Formats: sequence, structure tokens, C-alpha cells
Amino acid sequence: MVTITVDMDKCQHYGQCCFEADDVFALNDDGQLEYVKESDESRRADIESAAEVCPMQAITVE
Amino acid sequence: MAESVVIVGAGIGGLRTAEALRGAGFEGAITVVGDEPSMPYNRPPLSKVALSGGVHVAELEFRRKASVADVEWRLGAPAIASDFTSRTITLADGTQMSFDGLVIASGIRPRRLPIPGPETGRYVLRTAHDATGLRNYLAPGRSAVIMGAGFIGCEVAATARGLGCEVHIVAIDEQPMFRPLGAELGRGLRSRHEQHGVNFHLGRTVQSFLGGDRVNAVLLDDGTELPASVVVEAVGSVCNVEWLEGNGLDLTDGVLVDQGMVVDCEVPIVAAGDVARHPNSLFGNIPRRIEHWNMPTETGRRAGASLAALLRGQQPDPGPFAAMPSFWSDQYHHKIQSFGMPGIATSIQIVDGSPDDACIFEYSDDTGLVGVVGVDRTAELSPYRKQLLDR
Repeated sequence: MVTITVDMDKCQHYGQCCFEADDVFALNDDGQLEYVKESDESRRADIESAAEVCPMQAITVE
Repeated sequence: MAESVVIVGAGIGGLRTAEALRGAGFEGAITVVGDEPSMPYNRPPLSKVALSGGVHVAELEFRRKASVADVEWRLGAPAIASDFTSRTITLADGTQMSFDGLVIASGIRPRRLPIPGPETGRYVLRTAHDATGLRNYLAPGRSAVIMGAGFIGCEVAATARGLGCEVHIVAIDEQPMFRPLGAELGRGLRSRHEQHGVNFHLGRTVQSFLGGDRVNAVLLDDGTELPASVVVEAVGSVCNVEWLEGNGLDLTDGVLVDQGMVVDCEVPIVAAGDVARHPNSLFGNIPRRIEHWNMPTETGRRAGASLAALLRGQQPDPGPFAAMPSFWSDQYHHKIQSFGMPGIATSIQIVDGSPDDACIFEYSDDTGLVGVVGVDRTAELSPYRKQLLDR
């Protein structure tokens, strides 16, 4: 199981993470980030990639 | 004995290349050499929150993958020379280091213009150290003169206004951010800055700095004199390639590499990050340096995989390099975001909103859409990104 945490104080809703793992991260109609807090181990590489490309480095993956 | 890799550059490009080397199965020693004293950290906040809220470089450090825990970091040790024949680099303290494979990730530094007058009071903004020095001078009642109306200049202007400074931007361009964004959006962004009290001096250059030991005013080419508690020089960048001279490389604009980020020479050498001039199959494979934040991650991943292959005696992946340049900028409460290469467009069209409000601009050349820029329209840009990827 992959656990995802986004520091919403840091997040600026740029949505770069959505392009790496669109099953986990999405911008809603108001442009605000929404995400699921847990995902399958098979998704780890893409989720870690999403954390890498976050301009604010707001995503923690465990 | 296992092969060893030296990475010159301890920024995001060096870090991502180290991680990619490990990801591609390279098990030899990796040493990263960096001129700054800090572990790799995230630079974009330097012109924004770090300037206003304080610079805590430890909080800006990138999380590093467990696979690079055994990497040796030699920080505060700039490389000053290299010899590809003997496979060595030389550090500023005289230390020589040998390598089997080399990564060039030495990045860029701010350009300094030769302008007469006092040196003290002139700042650039590239490093945490720069930000620490600058923030002491951004306070209510102070006057900040910013040279350059690009993204860094405009972000510093917005931050300095937020801190209560009088702010002047001096730039040769006709509009702020003119070269990447074009005149119409540049004008719209200028009006946002003007509403926040920024004074623009466009089409102007700085003739000299005035003052005794320290700059206290700036003289423009039209005779205007601006009071200056501090000067911020944000007039572009210079590649850190001097340490590579003498090896026969094309260093005219960074380091020329192929689609695998491989340098054309007899030794296994790759380049990544701001210093790499690389082809991109999404944009005609013309080698370009792209100083956008996401590119060191893209080029670093490819460079690490290529170097690992070369050190195994294999050919790197010959496939095209297709990476989507992306940038974003926060100015006041506005979010500017871009995909693609708007700067190479020959025609620009607004397709949504108004330049003075939330808007989307399309950038095209004779091959079709090459870029898109949105202001306060982040969520609406993703179909454009897909369209650009499918070019």
C-alpha cells in the first residue's frame, strides 16, 4: 500500500502531479487539488514521480 | 574494480541524474561536487516565500531517494578544470578527482552587466545565499530597483511590493516577460504590477550606479535618476562551462548533447539540467537549453540511464527525447502557467478571457500549436498539454 500526503499549506494547485498519476491526483472544477490518500503498491513508481515533479515539493509518499 | 561516476553540480539536475543512475542499475561509486554549501534544494521559492518569510535552506532541500544514500557529496567545492583524456576534474582547492563516467550538471549563474559605479548594494537571485543577502534590504520605505523584466525580476518585484518597498523595474524590453509571452499578455501582466504600485521604465537601460561605497541611486540612459536602497540584477544567465574548456566541446550555449543527453566525445560523459543543450522531438529536435524547472528532472532521468548503459559498454537508448517544458510563476495572487515553448511562436492568439483578467493564450508556428499560457486558468490547460504531446 502506498500512502500519499500533500502538505496543503505548500500546495499551489499547479496540477503537475496529475499528469504523472491521474488516478491519484486531480484538479477539481475550481482548480483545487484533490487526491486519494492510499493507492496500490503497483502505482508506486508513478506516484513517486508525481512527488518529484511537484514544484512546491508538497507531496510525501510512504 | 567498480566504475566510478563524478557528477559536477549539486542542484536538482545532479540529484535526479544520480537517482537515475541507481535506477538503471549502476552500482559503482557516485560523487557529487557542488559549488554551494547546501544539499540540492528547490530554488523557485527563493523569489517568493523565502524572500518574504525567511530563507531556511534545510526546509527547501529535496527529498532524496534511498538509492542515493551512499552517494558522496563534496559541497562548497567548485570544479575549475577538467581533462577528458586523463578522466580527471580539478576542484578549486586543487583536489584532483578521477572518473570513469562524468555528469555535467553545473547549471547557470546570473548574468552580470559591466556597469560603472559602486559594487556594494547590487544583488542577484540564484542561490539561498543570494536570497539571504537580499531579504535584509527589502523592507518598508526602501527603494528596490530591479534590472530585467523577466520572470525572476517580476516575481521579486511582486514580493518586494508585498514587503512595502518602492519598486522600479528597468528593462530594455517593450513589455515585461515579452520574449516568452509576447506583447499582449506582457501588457496585461504589466498592468497588474502597476495596479500594485510597481513603476516600469521600459525600453531603458542602466547607465551607471551612483553612490559612495554603496549604491544609493541608479542613472538611466534617458537621464532619469532612481533612488535605490538595493539593486536586483535579473538580466538572464550565463552557463557554468568554464571548467570544461580545453576538451574540444561545443560550449557556445551550454553543452551540446544528443537525444540521450550524451556528449559527443570518446569518454562516457552526459549533461543534464540548465546547462544541457538538447534536442526535443516535440519541437523539431533543434538543440536548445530550456531553463524551466521541470527540465532537469526530465534530462537527469535520461542522462542517468544513458550513462549507466555507456558504463556497461552498451549503447544508450537511441529513442527520441520528448519532454514537455512547463513553467509557472506566482505574481501577487495570480498564477501564470505554461506548457510547451511559447517563446518560439510566430503567432499568438488569445482564446479565452482577457489579458487583464483570467485568460488563455495559444502560441503557434508554421507546424501548429507550440505552446499555451494561462493566467489563473490552471485546470483548463491540461487538454492543451495533451494536444502538445500529440504533436
